[in-house]
Amino acid sequence: MTKIVYNGETDPRLCKDVIGATVASLADGDPDVIFLDADLMSCSGTLKWSKTHADRAIDCGIAEANMAGVAAGLAAAGFKPIIHSFGTFASRRIYDQIFLSGGYAKNDITVIGTDPGVTATMNGGTHMPFEDVALYNALPHATVIDASDPTCLESVLRQCVNRPGIKYIRVGRKQYAKIYEDGSELPIGKAVTLREGKDVVIFAAGIMLHEAMKAAASLEAQGVSAAVVDCFTIKPIDADAVEAWAKKCGAVVVAENANRHGGLYDTILEVLAERCPVPAAVVAVEDEFGEVGTQGYLQERFGLTAAHIEEQVKSVLARK
Amino acid sequence: MEFKEKQAIEAFALRIRMAALEAIHSIGSGHVGGVMSISDALAVLYGREMKVRPEDPKWPDRDYLVMSKGHAGPAVYATLALKGFFPYEELKTLNRGGTRLPSHCDRNKTPGVDMTTGSLGQGTSQAAGLALGNKLRGRNNRVFLIVGDGEMDEGQCWESFLFASAKKLGNLVVLIDWNKRQLDGYLDEVLPMGDFVAKMEAFGFDTVKVDGGDVEAIAAALERTRNGGDKPYAIVLDTIKGHGIDEVEAIAMNHSLPVTDERFANWTAELKAKLDALEG
Ligand SMILES: Cc1ncc(C[n+]2csc(CCOP(=O)(O)OP(=O)(O)O)c2C)c(N)n1
Ligand SMILES: [Mg+2]
Repeated sequence: MTKIVYNGETDPRLCKDVIGATVASLADGDPDVIFLDADLMSCSGTLKWSKTHADRAIDCGIAEANMAGVAAGLAAAGFKPIIHSFGTFASRRIYDQIFLSGGYAKNDITVIGTDPGVTATMNGGTHMPFEDVALYNALPHATVIDASDPTCLESVLRQCVNRPGIKYIRVGRKQYAKIYEDGSELPIGKAVTLREGKDVVIFAAGIMLHEAMKAAASLEAQGVSAAVVDCFTIKPIDADAVEAWAKKCGAVVVAENANRHGGLYDTILEVLAERCPVPAAVVAVEDEFGEVGTQGYLQERFGLTAAHIEEQVKSVLARK
Repeated sequence: MEFKEKQAIEAFALRIRMAALEAIHSIGSGHVGGVMSISDALAVLYGREMKVRPEDPKWPDRDYLVMSKGHAGPAVYATLALKGFFPYEELKTLNRGGTRLPSHCDRNKTPGVDMTTGSLGQGTSQAAGLALGNKLRGRNNRVFLIVGDGEMDEGQCWESFLFASAKKLGNLVVLIDWNKRQLDGYLDEVLPMGDFVAKMEAFGFDTVKVDGGDVEAIAAALERTRNGGDKPYAIVLDTIKGHGIDEVEAIAMNHSLPVTDERFANWTAELKAKLDALEG
């Protein structure tokens, strides 16, 4: 059951605590689940649990590529590895290992990359993945998730463990706007309509959902009816939902906390081009590297705000 | 080293700590542990060993510093500000939107920062490339590479060391901040590294181990590297994560810490007392 409870408020849970609790519970319930980290257990909420579960929680040290390879070996030995690092290192730094030892060799691995996009804030440009989505999109048969909130995070993590292939979940460590009622199930591959509308549809993921909902409310006051659809599964995209909404509204805006190239926008444009060409626009990082600052500063800096979404809605409506 | 010079370098190291702490306090939190443990080495490097020109930071014949443990940026910024590369007051822009002083070192942002780091391990290969390039250009200078002990988990470090000794990069000096701790705790809990000296020697480095809180010992180890030769150099700095501030040293998980107003006042007072004792 999926119940939407969005009202703009923040979910009290830290996502890192949700990762920690979910990993511990998955490991409790399944002797094959094993967790690996690269000196960032403090950041994935698993450090305390790891101290009492030494055979299920493996700290690999600051050696992400080795961790990915070890995870592949563990998968071959019958385990269901979950690995974690910051999103930059969980994508770029381990890409060849996760691609070949993992995907190509059919060793199934769940990868959690924390602090996606501007949520890397104070760690700055070197730690700010705008490209992780594109990299995992290019890995055949991978599952790519931009978690919407703590409830979504828990639900997808539970599904990923038993799902074949490479699964990449990007999620911030801190708090998110609450979207789903605690305990809701978010089936991977199914987009969720957060708000109905008829003039334009906003497809969004991750932290951009909150911005999209704010934009839609503001647009409503201006007489524009905007639907908002949660595309937390970027790959495989829910093409039927994308097509249906594009047909209904005739105009599309995509909002993502990532580079505009290779991510959700491109994925949706593919569906539109093949099934239902309508005017589209994007709110995403305009092909830039990251930098340091607060999340508020960075959202302004890279144009990832409700105001930018509104602007793009208006521009796309003018082209309808 | 003469007593006067030793005193001056020790004072410089304390000022680096105070300035870095001021920068971190201005934004509320930061990588205090690894900043403090490397301050003495930076004081010796910039206080006496390195040829640099604050008014001409890109002078090609300078000695280069690669802070591969890029999260120690604030220690580098404090050092550079005190050397006059940019105004001291700018330290308080650390991590602010639009700053020239981001949390991790960035060669395109900060005057005097020679290499962009932050993804641990990557500075090591860049330093090897710089050393090779300087050698090919016939420059008479050195590249100083600072690596964290936890950072040494990265395979890339060992690839670069293999390369540096194979290519006889006697103009490369690796300083390992052996502060025994990484992010999730002690190296011995996370991934025991064994004997750094034996490892570096096995990789073909001319290696010494010194007390990384003793500026005289660090200076002597660095002086040895002036001779160049066919082997790259390694200096294992036996340090304490958080060194110089008792309370920080005592916090087991001191990788990244909030620096509240109260902590800032107490910790600065401790450093200031040491400075006063030194300078009378
Ligand atoms: C490739 C990579 N993985 C992980 C991190 C996150 N990280 C930053 S500092 C750190 C621990 C570093 O420990 P150490 O090298 O011992 O540094 P020090 O103790 O001197 O602070 C980690 C895991 C990173 N910056 N880069
Ligand atoms: Mg260390």
